[in-house]
Amino acid sequence: MSAHDASDEPTRRDFLYIATGMAGVVGAGAAVWPFIDQMRPDASTLAQSSIEVDVGSLEPGSSLVVKWRGKPVFIRNRTPEEVKAAQEVPLEDLKDPVARNENLASDAAATDLDRSAGKDKENWIVMVGVCTHLGCVPLGQQGDFGGWFCPCHGSHYDTAGRIRKGPAPNNLEVPVYSFISDTKIRIG
Amino acid sequence: MSGGHSTYTPKTGIERWIDARMPLPRLVHDSFVSYPVPRNLNYAYTFGGILSIMLVVQILTGIVLAMHYASDTRLAFDSVEKVMRDVNSGWLLRYMHANGASFFFIAVYIHIFRGLYYGSYKAPRELLWILGCIIYLLMMATGFMGYVLPWGQMSGWGATVITGFFTAIPLVGEWIQQLLLGGFAVDNPTLNRFFSLHYLLPFMIAGVVVLHVWALHVTGQTNPTGIEVKSKTDTLPFTPYATIKDAFGMIVFLFVFAYFIFYMPNYLGHPDNYTQFNSLKTPAHIVPEWYFLPFYAILRAVTFNIGPINSKLGGVIAMFGAIAVLFVVPWLDTSKVRSAVYRPWYKLFFWIFAANAIFLGWLGSKPAEGWYIPAMQVSTILYFAFFLVVMPLLGLIETPKRLPNSITEAVLEKNKGGSGHPVGAAASPQTMG
Repeated sequence: MSAHDASDEPTRRDFLYIATGMAGVVGAGAAVWPFIDQMRPDASTLAQSSIEVDVGSLEPGSSLVVKWRGKPVFIRNRTPEEVKAAQEVPLEDLKDPVARNENLASDAAATDLDRSAGKDKENWIVMVGVCTHLGCVPLGQQGDFGGWFCPCHGSHYDTAGRIRKGPAPNNLEVPVYSFISDTKIRIG
Repeated sequence: MSGGHSTYTPKTGIERWIDARMPLPRLVHDSFVSYPVPRNLNYAYTFGGILSIMLVVQILTGIVLAMHYASDTRLAFDSVEKVMRDVNSGWLLRYMHANGASFFFIAVYIHIFRGLYYGSYKAPRELLWILGCIIYLLMMATGFMGYVLPWGQMSGWGATVITGFFTAIPLVGEWIQQLLLGGFAVDNPTLNRFFSLHYLLPFMIAGVVVLHVWALHVTGQTNPTGIEVKSKTDTLPFTPYATIKDAFGMIVFLFVFAYFIFYMPNYLGHPDNYTQFNSLKTPAHIVPEWYFLPFYAILRAVTFNIGPINSKLGGVIAMFGAIAVLFVVPWLDTSKVRSAVYRPWYKLFFWIFAANAIFLGWLGSKPAEGWYIPAMQVSTILYFAFFLVVMPLLGLIETPKRLPNSITEAVLEKNKGGSGHPVGAAASPQTMG
């Protein structure tokens, strides 16, 4: 137990130093955490997690932008031409081949059907209107593919909201939503 | 702090009393009065002083503006307009603060380029340089968050784009972005925390400035020859020589600053920021403040995927890399000669780099389309090539010019060939210090 123990064996004192040090680190971490934790979205922000939207008045070829979780959500009743144009795109031409549809499996292919509201509702498309590049709001019915165009850094999306050209990496995200009646959608 | 022993002698009883208890007057005297500075400093060396005055201007105007500002999304935009229209002298204080940020950056860019030209970052001043880089980073964070506070269209969308950088990070990116925003999009929690941090960071800058000046006073200043001070004739006392020169530089700088405040106060701003933030409508063309434009061009230059790194992450890495590379400059430059004055090739590449940096800034203000994109890519490569190729290689292959033996010799040589300044007058100032 003397200070200059000849053996290299850790002493009882070494153990106490390390144990005290570790307790100090854990304590400091626990004290710091609330200061970081308070920055995360608070309860009132999280409470805005679901909204209901009446889409009965949307004629084919018209869109609605609603605010959900502080972000714009595009709801569009697509014209038959838009649906047809999107359906005819071969999957090999897509920059992002994944549907990015929260209602489907994460590996679903980015076919027009899987981007839309599903069978018999192919005309409906619901997407978070936030460019997957750096978060600007794309402009509707513009760009090289007649879908959406982001003015910030020049990303072009097609009529199914799939990235076709420009710096954005992914298709526009399709949020969790469902038709709760023929004319009402619940988002979130 | 000057390394040499102190020349301070307390004259009165009160000064002696203080000196024995807390020698602050001695510290000030040794640092800013008798402190020896190289006798050949030119006006490029006055920007340190100009920067400290700009920090004071920003803190003073900022504190009083905060007395009238409301960091609530429903009130922020109107409270800034209230400052402009109703608050006594409010328009002046706000224009001083808004243009002050730009002039702070003008001064810091001249200061950084001066350091690059004269090799101020080389041993033993690496820490001094790194502290400067940290100040620059803090300034960028402060400037960015300050621009969000008026809650105009550029405020909100600038914040959206810049916090969007973090979503490029795999796995944790989204979590980090929500941590910064306090929600899923730029909103009231974002504005509140940015206001809090915008108020805090200038004081952190002031703290790092103290370290920066401390490090400067340990190693002493560089000078246009890049030769270290060797004897007493190489230096002059800080007061009055550097004090007066700094003061004159400041006055000229503040003249230009005042011209902007009174005659073109919105020239460096963006008209879209006089429209209140609308989270559903992005302005047609988002640009950051002018002092971020070169980095914005680098961000947008990466339009292609590099292996597993997609174009978005690649752009963000390039942009942060453009700043990070500054931190290692002392180790990238292999030349033993400090100043570009004696390095003909470095001098050439330096000016190419400076012109390219300005060109990058101009490209940053342009949309990412047409020929601008390849221009951004070439310009980005040139930017990095200066640091990563030219700096390490040039030191190995360049033949520098003959260096004078001392600062004094350089000054005397210059005056001999020049307009015939009285050499004696410059060489015997010590009696006045």
